[in-house]
Amino acid sequence: MNKHNKKSAEDNYTILRHDVERRLTEFKNEDQAHIYIGMATCGLASGAMDVKTAFEEGLKEYGVNADIVPVGCVGHCYAEPLVIVAKPGFPPILYNEVTPGKAKLLTRAFLGGEDPLFEYMLGAMEENDMVPWVMEFPRFNHEKKVIMGQSGLIDPHDIKQYIEKGGYEALSKALGSEPEKNLSEVLESGLRGRGGAGFLTGRKWQFVHDADGENKTVICNADEGDPGAYMDRTILESNPHQVIEGMAIAAYTVGANRAIFYIRAEYPLAVKIITQAIEQAKELGLLGKGILGTDFDLEIDVFQGSGAFVCGEETALIQSIQGSRGMPQLRPPYPAQKGLWNQPTLINNVKTMASIPPIIMNGAEWYRKIGTDNSPGTAIFSVVGNIVHAGLVEIPTGVTLRSLIFDICGGIPEQKKFKAVQIGGPSGGCLPEEFLDTPIDFDSLTQAGAMMGSGGMVVMDENSCMVDVAKFFLDFTQKESCGKCTFCRIGTKHLLDILDRITRGEGREGDIDLLESLSMDIKNGSLCGLGKTAPNPVLTTIRYFRDEYEAHIKEKRCPAMMCRELIAYYIDLDKCARGCDACVGSCPTDAIFTTSNRKKGIDQTLCVKCGECVSACPPEYDAVRKVSPPNLAPIIERPKEDKND
Amino acid sequence: MNMEGMEQQQEEEKAMLHDIAAMLREFEKDRGKLIPILQIIQGKHRYLAPKALKMVAQHLDISSCEVYGVATFYNQFRFTPPGKHEIKVCLGTACHVKGGGIILENFERKLEINAGETTPDREFSIERVACVGCCALAPVAIIGETVYGHMAPSKVEGLIMGFEIEREKEKREKEKIEQTQ
Repeated sequence: MNKHNKKSAEDNYTILRHDVERRLTEFKNEDQAHIYIGMATCGLASGAMDVKTAFEEGLKEYGVNADIVPVGCVGHCYAEPLVIVAKPGFPPILYNEVTPGKAKLLTRAFLGGEDPLFEYMLGAMEENDMVPWVMEFPRFNHEKKVIMGQSGLIDPHDIKQYIEKGGYEALSKALGSEPEKNLSEVLESGLRGRGGAGFLTGRKWQFVHDADGENKTVICNADEGDPGAYMDRTILESNPHQVIEGMAIAAYTVGANRAIFYIRAEYPLAVKIITQAIEQAKELGLLGKGILGTDFDLEIDVFQGSGAFVCGEETALIQSIQGSRGMPQLRPPYPAQKGLWNQPTLINNVKTMASIPPIIMNGAEWYRKIGTDNSPGTAIFSVVGNIVHAGLVEIPTGVTLRSLIFDICGGIPEQKKFKAVQIGGPSGGCLPEEFLDTPIDFDSLTQAGAMMGSGGMVVMDENSCMVDVAKFFLDFTQKESCGKCTFCRIGTKHLLDILDRITRGEGREGDIDLLESLSMDIKNGSLCGLGKTAPNPVLTTIRYFRDEYEAHIKEKRCPAMMCRELIAYYIDLDKCARGCDACVGSCPTDAIFTTSNRKKGIDQTLCVKCGECVSACPPEYDAVRKVSPPNLAPIIERPKEDKND
Repeated sequence: MNMEGMEQQQEEEKAMLHDIAAMLREFEKDRGKLIPILQIIQGKHRYLAPKALKMVAQHLDISSCEVYGVATFYNQFRFTPPGKHEIKVCLGTACHVKGGGIILENFERKLEINAGETTPDREFSIERVACVGCCALAPVAIIGETVYGHMAPSKVEGLIMGFEIEREKEKREKEKIEQTQ
């Protein structure tokens, strides 16, 4: 092909971008206010839809003109629903926990009037001398946004907004250079796979690039299955094009003309948004045949994963696309040599793909400067559990756990004590307070016994029982084990049975040793990452919280008072108020009765230990007590006549 | 269940199988399409009936045990019809730490079924799900399309009572209309 007669990819991109900008300005009215409402799954769950309706009604009611733009998520889940109001003459202002009532008020007072309602705002999105800038708060200024830079700020339903911010320029730059040049850029950036294991992305690309095969495939792994991590979904719902652009660059670099988005079917909104985004990119010639006027073709299909945690594993994922049970296969051959339909296949996580466009745009040198030497770049964590500012946080690697939990996320609510942080989901581990100064990167976390994993981070306070947490994660992996390897299939079941026994107060001498040795066997006897890491939560909790296991086994006591078989609730008769019935209605099993002197007692045979009576008891009485072991609770007999009625 | 109800259910199943047969004709005999086919059937009819699985096997020319093996491997597929109100209780990490298990237990006790089952009158079904991604609202339950955050055992009773009152209202209105006719 004669390249001289054709415009280069970069020229074609410049034309496209001018066109997009022109089309956007045509519709944009500079004097009009814009209301950006966060409408990813988390926002919708907190009521963003009602807020949107309230704004629409408010605009009509007060005769105000403003555009409502549905956007994705900025990651501040604790403050949802989030709304940004950009009104000419004011900086764009971020409002948190917006209710339909507040929405109406904002429409009237701010959009219709001049009062930005300081009491409801979180801060301004730009520096100004009127409203405090959000970057002055630690929850914002410690973050470094490479992957989620545009999330929550642009409309994921409209490709034009992404292009306006410079989107797809990286693709045009990549298409303008030789694949090998892009490959060396990714290699030199030191980017490591953000799916959890941390394998060098450039090396993986190299293998697929070097492999022989007619029909290479690029797969974006969005089969996020960790119960407690949802950053992949948020990225797909908030800025789908950055991921698609990354995939297109990857495909061009390794020489693939076919790509597959493997998204969990449980993420219907993400599936919808990605499908729409692919269509829009095709219409503008950014996907499909002859991308940006070059002779590079790429088709992207969406495959909906049917919900099996093990399908996060590359070989199992491939099996499931081929229509089989998602069981991992023995490696080698690696998917890079023989993957989907026996062709070389590149599989990268959503965050890895989304990191590519900024790397190509700004260069490997720029990326290496972010974070630590061995794990450059940023990491996204979903910080949840007993934490003040729960949500998604994107930080440069190397930030310590302490800084993340206490400075950025505001620490533990209700002045309770920090106990442990669980990192990496079912494959990760629990770290106690001594490890809070560990820097967050692939190697340091692995050394401490946890792992980056999927990026789930659960903060636990003094009221969390470590044995119960280990049991929770093991219960998950045991159910998700595909059943191929005996140790993973039966071993995890036995581990779970032992843990279950311990939490029921039937632990025996020697159980801890048995747990440890069985864990090692499972690690050694399993083929894939699921089995190899499944015992991690058990091993780390034993390593750091052995005394809790011992209290369960020897004293039949749960120190955190969480294991329900080992606790009891009772009502302190000295504190209980005569004639007060506040707790009675709260009890789902009618276990609370009135004693002969008109105070209350709990029937231990009926009590399911849900703790509702604790919250129902008026704080001035504070009469409900929780004890472990359960035999510490005084026995209060139900009066005879009460039983008969 | 009364005879009328059973007959109605049989009629419904017949219509469903007829529809699935028509859907299958649209697909080529490609083994790789097995999962998408199952997804489309469930997407429309909300569950995979044993007879539907057999039809898929026949269409793709593979054994029904292979279809069953694949379908049961994945969490997405269900083999009994869900209730009119599908209750999903989140048992993700954050919800677990905040007592999601107790919420599930309350639904189970109140409706007298276990997770994964449907009440005999097909009004309610309960399912456990792993993380719906609104951890800040934990513990969370989803009924139909609505997310209920900060759940508590006492809320469970209220929610179900709400649905039952609604049902009773509908029933009475229906009777009223029938009487006037």
